[in-house]
Amino acid sequence: MADHAATHAVHDPNIGTTGLDHRKMGMWAFLGSDCMFFGSLIGTYLAYKGKSISGPSPRDVFDIPLTSYSAALLLASSLTMVLALAALQDDRVKVAARWLLATAAMGLHFVLNQVYEFWTFVHHHDLTLSTSLFGSSFFVLTGFHGAHVTGGVVWLLLLVGLAWGGRLDKRDHTKVEIAGLYWHFVDIVWIAIFTVIYLIP
Amino acid sequence: MATPAAFMPGAKAEVPTFWGVIASWLITVDHKRIGILYGSSAFIFFLIAGIEGLIMRLQLARPDNNIVSAQTFNELFTMHGTTMIFLAIMPMSAAFFNYMIPLLIGARDVAFPRLNALSYWIFLSGGLLLHASFLFNAVPDGGWFGYANLTSSQFSPSHSIDFWMLGLQILGISSMLAGFNFLVTIINMRAPGMTLMRMPVFVWMSFVTQFLIVLAFPAITVALILLMFDRFFGTLFYAPAAGGDPLLWQHLFWIFGHPEVYILILPAMGIVSEVLPTFARKPLFGAPVVIYSGIMIGFFGFGVWSHHMFSVGMGPVADAAFSIATMLIAVPTGVKIFNWLGTLWGGSIRFRTPLYFSLGFIAMFTMGGLSGIMHASPPVDLQQTDTYFVVAHFHYVLFGGSVFGLFSGAYYWWPKITGKMLDERLGTVHFWLMMIGFNVTFFPQHYLGLIGMPRRIYTYAGDLGWTFWNLVSTIGAFTVALSFLVFIGNVIKTARSGQVAGPDPWDGRTLEWSIPSPPPVYNFARVPEVRDRDDLWLQKYGDGHEGAPRPKPAPVTAAEIAAIYMPPTSFWPILLAIAMAVMISGLLISMYQVIVGGLVTLLFMYKFAVEYHRPAGGNRH
Repeated sequence: MADHAATHAVHDPNIGTTGLDHRKMGMWAFLGSDCMFFGSLIGTYLAYKGKSISGPSPRDVFDIPLTSYSAALLLASSLTMVLALAALQDDRVKVAARWLLATAAMGLHFVLNQVYEFWTFVHHHDLTLSTSLFGSSFFVLTGFHGAHVTGGVVWLLLLVGLAWGGRLDKRDHTKVEIAGLYWHFVDIVWIAIFTVIYLIP
Repeated sequence: MATPAAFMPGAKAEVPTFWGVIASWLITVDHKRIGILYGSSAFIFFLIAGIEGLIMRLQLARPDNNIVSAQTFNELFTMHGTTMIFLAIMPMSAAFFNYMIPLLIGARDVAFPRLNALSYWIFLSGGLLLHASFLFNAVPDGGWFGYANLTSSQFSPSHSIDFWMLGLQILGISSMLAGFNFLVTIINMRAPGMTLMRMPVFVWMSFVTQFLIVLAFPAITVALILLMFDRFFGTLFYAPAAGGDPLLWQHLFWIFGHPEVYILILPAMGIVSEVLPTFARKPLFGAPVVIYSGIMIGFFGFGVWSHHMFSVGMGPVADAAFSIATMLIAVPTGVKIFNWLGTLWGGSIRFRTPLYFSLGFIAMFTMGGLSGIMHASPPVDLQQTDTYFVVAHFHYVLFGGSVFGLFSGAYYWWPKITGKMLDERLGTVHFWLMMIGFNVTFFPQHYLGLIGMPRRIYTYAGDLGWTFWNLVSTIGAFTVALSFLVFIGNVIKTARSGQVAGPDPWDGRTLEWSIPSPPPVYNFARVPEVRDRDDLWLQKYGDGHEGAPRPKPAPVTAAEIAAIYMPPTSFWPILLAIAMAVMISGLLISMYQVIVGGLVTLLFMYKFAVEYHRPAGGNRH
């Protein structure tokens, strides 16, 4: 038993005595913590909803069709993420890299949409960080979500780089799976933010 | 594994050079070394914060004193509180998490050794950034809980609050990274046979603490981000003129701040739960109940934050709810105290220094708990809040509780960590000086508070009736300081001529006493199989009531030791921590520094992530 455990550890130091992967468990712990992070930001937004004393109101500035398109992009990117993982598990590295790239591209499109949205708010609606409580809480909440997506895009692109460099194959599926966990989480958080900020009047 | 590791039999012992030793500590990923780094840094910060406390007591020793100005006094209590909580008690607990958790669960390291090193270096950079404020004469002065909107640019235009805010943010990152690491370590690295209910109670309390850390710190992270945006980028979160509500800060801060209280006390409770059974030579009385109580405390800890805010006027419903929840939390705490007393009851007690400190913990923490129940009641709290009564209360739980518990652990595990026994006589002197000094310092503060002395005043008039007890309190504070000089003397004496401890000096009950002191780098030559919470005790004295000792296992072979995999050292943790510190401190200097620091941080994160990723066509490391 002890011998077996020792040799096992040499083969993969990432697997613990429960048989689970340390890194995957660590990512779940991080996501639990990140729930509290976004929970606090969303709570702040809700606490200040309707409390602004100047500046444009949410109804005046939101472009719901554009944001819905962004939301659809992000939701669809979860599918390509799953396809990337499935392809890698089948050892189809090139296909996996393509799906990872597609995921990153949709994430990047989402972020660019957000940049455009912020730009129109600032230049067409005079809504900035310091205009009102709405401006402050809106930009900080959605901005931190956008930062999470951007971080995810960089992560996915680095994985694509590893794949193109011949350094990613079937044995690394856990690494892609963990990136996927993060990606799906960011996606789910967007569903909450989209609903709370844009859809609930 | 091409080159033989240094710990293997037959490996060449190189004579280490001075710089070689320094470098080996900078790039270490060994949980024991990181534990020592945490412990020694924390002790230095503890001394700094203690000196700040002494200066405050000198200033208050007599009325109308002018040793320090009002401004300096504000800086002193802010830095004293912030340093004690984030840079002394938390990292002292982290030192025990690092050093002891792998030993107690029969593991060879933590789940993420490099992340562990990264946590330490980020912690150190946060502490240094906070203390760099002294060099720039911009010492934080907004109190440890930095209430909005005193911290706004309007009322605190200098960089003082920036140092505090950024320092705390960095320390939070460090704590959360360590939290993820220890959660995974405790769940995933337990030796075969160690079910959750067979985990030593210190590990259990640490486990609950990690949950609190990873779930509570995001709230202060957000509170500090909002403050940072208010101060640097002109948002209005804490600006009443724009409709902003300063109470938002108070809620976010205390949603973190109350679980933080349990983050500070639960590890000490865990230590006491290890020390008492060892020195009473009995199993912990009702150990499962102690564990459940710890979980209850952690759970309820998230539902009581507003009892710090009774005086803001939240209305009767909120007051009643938070008051009841707060009183409820006294139940599991009280249960634990009875469990500890039950452990001592009928035991064959050996009075050694660790036991003295644990007994001190029980007595002092009970007193702090009782005054805590007093201000769980809103009407009573309105009388006591912002007075010295509250100062007395939280020093009874944090000093009388956490610090006594942590020093109990220090005396208990010192022989395991260094291989030498701390001197018993000096240890006893340390205990009694600290016990007497502590009570002389803080007990009169209950009375001072009740007769109306507010906290955080830098001086007072002579005709208020506060003079005598303030002088007594100051004398007590210097007695406490003397006790720590005795401790330092004890450490020096022990290092020079301490008695060699051997693997099991206390006739211990848990796995750490089954291996040499100090432990070899791989901890366990053979991963143990665990059958009970007090596994070593049962190995020595038999399973069940009349069993014989378990048969000795076969000796460990050189081949077994050669097969041990230990994570290699890495310089990326310290480089990454430096890059992050450069990026974050750039907010005080120049945006270019933030951008360059950010790009370097990203690069180093990538290097950190792929350090052991195989090259193209290679095999897994």
